[in-house]
Amino acid sequence: MDDSSLLTALAQIYPADRLLTNPAQLAPYESDALTSFRARPKAVVIAASQAEVVQTVRLCHQFEVPFVARGSGTSLSGGSLPCPEGIVIALNRLNRILRLDPDERLAVVEPGVVNLEVSRAAAPYGLYFAPDPSSQPVCTIGGNLAFNSGGAHCLKYGMTSNHVLGLKAVLPDGEVVELGGESLESAGPDLVGLFVGSEGLFGIALEVTLRLLPKPEVYKTVLAAYRSLGEAGKTVSQIVASGLLPGAIEIMDNLAIRAAEAAVQAGYPLDAQGLLVVELDGEVATVEAEFEKLLEVIQVSGAYEVRVARDEADRQRIWKGRKSAFSAVGRLSPDYIVQDGVVPRSRLGEALLEIQRLSAVYDLRVANVFHAGDGNLHPLILFDGRQAGALERAEQLAGEILRLCVRFGGSITGEHGIGMEKRNFLPLMFVEADLDVMRALHRAIDPRQIANRGKMFPA
Amino acid sequence: MLTESATASRLSEIQEIVRLSSRLLPRGAGSKTAMQAAQADVTLLEAAALSGMLEYQPQEFTFTALAGTPLADIERRLRENGQYLPFDPPLVARGATLGGTVAAGLSGPGRYRYGGVRDFILGVKFVDGGGELVRAGGKVVKNAAGFDLPKLMVGSLGGFGLLVELTFKVFPLLPAFATLRFDYASLEEALHAVTRLGRLPLEIMALELERHPGGAALYVRLGGIPEGFAPRLDRLRRMLGGGGKTPLEGQAELEFWNAQREFAWLDAACALVKVAITPRNVPALDERLAVHGAVRRYSAGANLAWVAWPGALGTLDQLLKELGLPALVVLGPAGHARLGRQVGVAFEARVRQALDPAGKWLVL
Repeated sequence: MDDSSLLTALAQIYPADRLLTNPAQLAPYESDALTSFRARPKAVVIAASQAEVVQTVRLCHQFEVPFVARGSGTSLSGGSLPCPEGIVIALNRLNRILRLDPDERLAVVEPGVVNLEVSRAAAPYGLYFAPDPSSQPVCTIGGNLAFNSGGAHCLKYGMTSNHVLGLKAVLPDGEVVELGGESLESAGPDLVGLFVGSEGLFGIALEVTLRLLPKPEVYKTVLAAYRSLGEAGKTVSQIVASGLLPGAIEIMDNLAIRAAEAAVQAGYPLDAQGLLVVELDGEVATVEAEFEKLLEVIQVSGAYEVRVARDEADRQRIWKGRKSAFSAVGRLSPDYIVQDGVVPRSRLGEALLEIQRLSAVYDLRVANVFHAGDGNLHPLILFDGRQAGALERAEQLAGEILRLCVRFGGSITGEHGIGMEKRNFLPLMFVEADLDVMRALHRAIDPRQIANRGKMFPA
Repeated sequence: MLTESATASRLSEIQEIVRLSSRLLPRGAGSKTAMQAAQADVTLLEAAALSGMLEYQPQEFTFTALAGTPLADIERRLRENGQYLPFDPPLVARGATLGGTVAAGLSGPGRYRYGGVRDFILGVKFVDGGGELVRAGGKVVKNAAGFDLPKLMVGSLGGFGLLVELTFKVFPLLPAFATLRFDYASLEEALHAVTRLGRLPLEIMALELERHPGGAALYVRLGGIPEGFAPRLDRLRRMLGGGGKTPLEGQAELEFWNAQREFAWLDAACALVKVAITPRNVPALDERLAVHGAVRRYSAGANLAWVAWPGALGTLDQLLKELGLPALVVLGPAGHARLGRQVGVAFEARVRQALDPAGKWLVL
């Protein structure tokens, strides 16, 4: 099919300032937060309405040109990387909260709404949107939905999928479907559950119905510093064994602590080899009592310093340090890879030792930040891209870490998704028969394989 | 529990049956009578033989069990280790299996706080229409690799294949519970209390409305450490403007909620129907149901109506379609499982085409 005719058709939908085709305009869209991958799209369209998105998808289908939807481009797996010579459909202007219903505890939003904006809009009613990926001040609901984003509070509250009640989406061939609804319950197969986390391969969500929760009355956050990472890891098991269900359990190693501290002055102890952040949430009467129990566990865990967040501002500081750890590591190294893998929680200690060993073998520094309550590791592999072969070594090390996650019975991704980055690792987790079923689903929903072409499945 | 090799040989038998059959429906304990084949030309795949806990490490907050494992066995094992399935799976006393609960997509009163069966399923192995054993999801509490087929199986009514093995997330069991009852002279007042409580920062585990001719009773379940109960119960009473005198506690409280999830209130002559709803839609539904003399309860903060339907299911189907509500017959005559509005029909058809191109699995 003639390329220029697709552009001509798009030009009938979009004014010139929302149809970008020249290289200077396209450059910012060539990559997402996984910067080691770049691809030049044919064009970027900046959609301003659901109808424009639907029309664009139908044209792409007609011309058999691949497309990818893009919110804020924060994907760490290359999920919103353009398909070469494809169309990027930018959704940031679809940023209206269409309805916020406090009695029904739900919000109906467009895909370009920023994650944190949902909680902001819900706050006057005492409600919030639970999923809190580190990028929540900028990442959008559409991307959260496509990649089933996680965050620090998943053990207790689940991932994005657990907070999506319904959605309207345009499928890759232009058909518009509605799935789920407004109730917490449904009848028939959980189609919403299947759509969430499909990494853009099933089309584009146009409207999303989110479940809101009452904001916990109180949070109690404690930092505990350890002389070894192993002690911090062991404490996680002890906390879990005590019968508590913390909202979040996080660990950072010394490298990550120093980077975060330099970036945001969270007040982290710089000499700690392992820093544990544990947060309880709930009603005052319950949390007070649970907190005593938590402190009892921590006091005998070998922590050499224990600090309780004094107030909400202090708590926010602690979290800011943790959530800026990824970008802060940029201060320590010209380049780095953020990895995302999962191991069974009881094998965290072993996994960390193994990562340390690999770090020495590959002669590359690795900073560790992880959602310890979920066994979700985020090793940050530091390298200098100017050195010949450094990127390749870093990628090999990243691959070894994924293999160890699978060997330990875990997963190659907890929350960043497969995207571009891990498509060749998917067969580590699934055999051909498993992948065949996923491919069959993919073909049934996108017969021309144009939606986010080239992602998730092995090349 | 079967030995590993017995399970494997049973499984390969099943795969062979699937390959050779043209019409199939999985069957667990048969506790959900409406979700069974009405016609005779269907091969029933008995999952009951696929029973037993395969992996359970309490410190992981996960377990993996064969789909035919009775929930009673699973709940006992979990309880011994201070854990539970927070969505209170229903019909346990009637023999419900783990796989049947997933396929039916049923959750009990506890789904109000932390979510339903869909929110706790992590991984699945199933036999597809080609007789292949397929795995999806994972065995850890967090995983985003591949399409989320485990969730798709929730509510699938056996229409995509035979569930073989399931991995679930579990939570620590709360040390104690207490339940207060508040009485209202009208449904509207009771619903107002439901939506009001829903916005307050209270750790409410379950919130159920029992409808009766003179109004409605609201049951509010708190969980946690018993020392905290007195101020929390007082606070609830204040917020709801009095009432809720003596809390139910201890064994009586557990029995009360068990009776809810076993539908002890159900007249055996009636069909049991689950309706997906929101608080706002309750009055319209309630009014229509009352005309037919149906007993009804509203669970999970009025997100789930349980209806004891005395008449023909066709009448209820029509009524629900008019109100735009999706529903499921759980107990009752076979062959009418899905009632009311169907959502996502075109998308579901594509999924079915992909997973069962030969159309072997019966669509209930």
